[in-house]
Amino acid sequence: MTYQEKKSIVSVVSAILIFVSYCLYMYPRYPGGEGVEPSEVFHYWGSFVLYLTLFSIVAHIIISIIFNIVFRLTTNEKEPAFADELDKLIDLKAFRNSFFVFVVGFLFAMGSLVFYQPLHVMFIIMISAGFISDVTGSVTKLYHYRRGV
Amino acid sequence: MGKNLVGNHIRKLRFNHDEMTQQQLADKVGVTRQTIVALEKGNYSPSLELAFRIAHAFNLPLEEVFFYGDQTKE
Repeated sequence: MTYQEKKSIVSVVSAILIFVSYCLYMYPRYPGGEGVEPSEVFHYWGSFVLYLTLFSIVAHIIISIIFNIVFRLTTNEKEPAFADELDKLIDLKAFRNSFFVFVVGFLFAMGSLVFYQPLHVMFIIMISAGFISDVTGSVTKLYHYRRGV
Repeated sequence: MGKNLVGNHIRKLRFNHDEMTQQQLADKVGVTRQTIVALEKGNYSPSLELAFRIAHAFNLPLEEVFFYGDQTKE
């Protein structure tokens, strides 16, 4: 298995671990109960998205550094220092699929508002769409690195 | 994924050029080893520019490195 294939697998696994662990951390902090101010609920969802973004960026960087160290130690190979035409083509395909999934999720989220669903449903759909689109991008990369373009 | 119709003799040519490794060829033409692997497996059709760079690396004309259609039984 090549560096890019291993990296895609690590990316999928780390995305799932980061998202699940963050959700488990944030779930008990939801401002539920009677008489909760709407501003508190918005504050919760806003901070959920913002901190998830920051947390996942930092975690991805740390996991990437650890992966590169482990890769060098186990294979005695250096990771590619640049992206060539195949990498760029696969990146574009991954971005296209990822974007498509997010847009579908966004439309579903808006649809939930049209059908008078509670506000948290819209946020959950939107955040889930972000997570699924991230995983879709990594899975697309893995697929194309293994099966070709 | 549809099978690529552009084939190549890269593996054979590497062998004939002092058993050049995939990494050496990759360094010579400016791509990663993964791309050479994909080319040899027939999983990727290179850009025209890369095809020319590979042909130059072997000092051969393009048509002696790449072919269109099924010539794998040659």
